[in-house]
Amino acid sequence: MGSFGIKLEEFWKVFYQHGGYKRVITGLQNTVYIAVVGLAIGIIIGTLIAVVKVLPKYRLLPRILNKFCNFYVAMFRGTPIVVQLLVAYYVILPLIGTNLPALNVCVLVFGFNSAAYVSEIMRSGIMSVDIGQMEAGRALGLSYGVTMMKIVVPQAIKNILPTLGNEFIALIKETSVVSFVGAIDLYTAFKDIGNNSYEFMVPYLVMALIYIVLVLLITLLIKVMERSLRKSDRSH
Amino acid sequence: MIEVIDLKKSFGELEVLKGITTTIKAGEKVAIIGPSGSGKSTFLRCLNCMEDPTGGAVIFDGVNIADMKVDINAHRRHMGMVFQQFNLFNNKTVLGNIMLAPVHIALSDLRKKKVKNFFLKIGNLFRKNKKPLYKINTTKAKIKEEARENALRLLKRIGLEDKADAYPSTLSGGQKQRIAIIRALAMNPKVMLFDEPTSALDPEMVGEVLDLIKQLADEGMTMVIVTHEMGFAREVATRVLFMDDGKILEDNTPEELFGNPQNPRTKEFLSKVL
Ligand SMILES: Nc1ncnc2c1ncn2[C@@H]1O[C@H](COP(=O)(O)OP(=O)(O)OP(=O)(O)O)[C@@H](O)[C@H]1O
Ligand SMILES: [Mg+2]
Repeated sequence: MGSFGIKLEEFWKVFYQHGGYKRVITGLQNTVYIAVVGLAIGIIIGTLIAVVKVLPKYRLLPRILNKFCNFYVAMFRGTPIVVQLLVAYYVILPLIGTNLPALNVCVLVFGFNSAAYVSEIMRSGIMSVDIGQMEAGRALGLSYGVTMMKIVVPQAIKNILPTLGNEFIALIKETSVVSFVGAIDLYTAFKDIGNNSYEFMVPYLVMALIYIVLVLLITLLIKVMERSLRKSDRSH
Repeated sequence: MIEVIDLKKSFGELEVLKGITTTIKAGEKVAIIGPSGSGKSTFLRCLNCMEDPTGGAVIFDGVNIADMKVDINAHRRHMGMVFQQFNLFNNKTVLGNIMLAPVHIALSDLRKKKVKNFFLKIGNLFRKNKKPLYKINTTKAKIKEEARENALRLLKRIGLEDKADAYPSTLSGGQKQRIAIIRALAMNPKVMLFDEPTSALDPEMVGEVLDLIKQLADEGMTMVIVTHEMGFAREVATRVLFMDDGKILEDNTPEELFGNPQNPRTKEFLSKVL
């Protein structure tokens, strides 16, 4: 146990006195930022894909869009996110000749990636909303799109909130691969502390604890949101 | 008001409507009766193209709305529809349910006018003879306020103004259906289509809904009602259609159709339900 005390001291020295905590804070911010903005992008694009997928397919345009969306989803679900990240950063960006900060590339890739997953979640959410809701909107003279966005999708989101929460947690966990393109996240921050103190046990233990606390907090947040949504159903 | 000409509807192989021709005049109250599966709901839903007819024409105010090229949404605004399962919007309050369509439509009309005026103004910069702009005599706030007042007035009419901020899940079936009816009325429809409006209700709530429909009938609303309530059909309808197997087999006044049915199938049906 004595050696653990020394390790703790070493860690503290690098973490606190040498300012390693600043990097941890940056890492934590980036992790949360990538997951939050990524999920937001994922929900927006994912909802659009889901709507295309449930569109009636009599006409040509929805059929073409549907094919494209199927391809999109297959592509992003069929390859590891690390590969997507590397391809985006080292292949696509140089090819189109733009220079984006690694963090922004990560946000975009995580957003496009989670859109593929969210689209499936959202589609089942939309299908779980009673068809009568759409019919009532259409019967009042509202268009398909307006009824979808104002009536069906809000109810779908409510139904899939727990599943979206899981997607958020999955994103938080997956951000640990962003170091592949040189972005700082929790993992890189603690790896650097480990490198500087020649000691990895405590840094990775603390890192694990932070991930656990983060996930527990999110789980709690989702519970609270669900409860307040359910309450809005029962008011009066 | 609605002229139906040789209306046909198939679901895949299954031909549900086999050529229906009839005219619904302004002020008429038409009841549709018939055995289960005879195509009553399908016929009603073809009247506002909730189902796209596979043949024939539905002419509403001079326009064939069965034609896929017409803007069906614009025409549906003048046709209210009430469903068996109420179909109130679960994510909206009662007031939100009633106001949604009128507000949305008025706002999008306003937006369209503003956009048109914008381009007219730009065009006028280069024109000698200036083109007149569209008159805009309302605002976003005014539209919302008017819709709200109208919704509250309708709620008061059915004695449910205290439910304005309640969500549908907290209401009884009878309350839901009466709100669904005034939600349709808030659009000032020219005709109301009812598909078995009381079939999903507990017996003690049927009366309140039928009373409201009766009131509308007395005020002169044109309506088409698919119903299993023969007493109601006899009392309120000015004309009764008996449907079987995708066709109208008998079309007569309620006195004649119930008192002296001509078609043997009508006789058989009435003997079962009366
Ligand atoms: N969307 C659909 N797809 C396939 N078949 C359908 C569809 N809607 C209705 N049908 C079929 O069309 C036939 C007529 O149905 P419809 O609902 O019009 O009958 P109905 O007279 O209203 O009966 P009920 O009194 O039971 O309501 C039935 O055989 C039904 O199964
Ligand atoms: Mg029916």
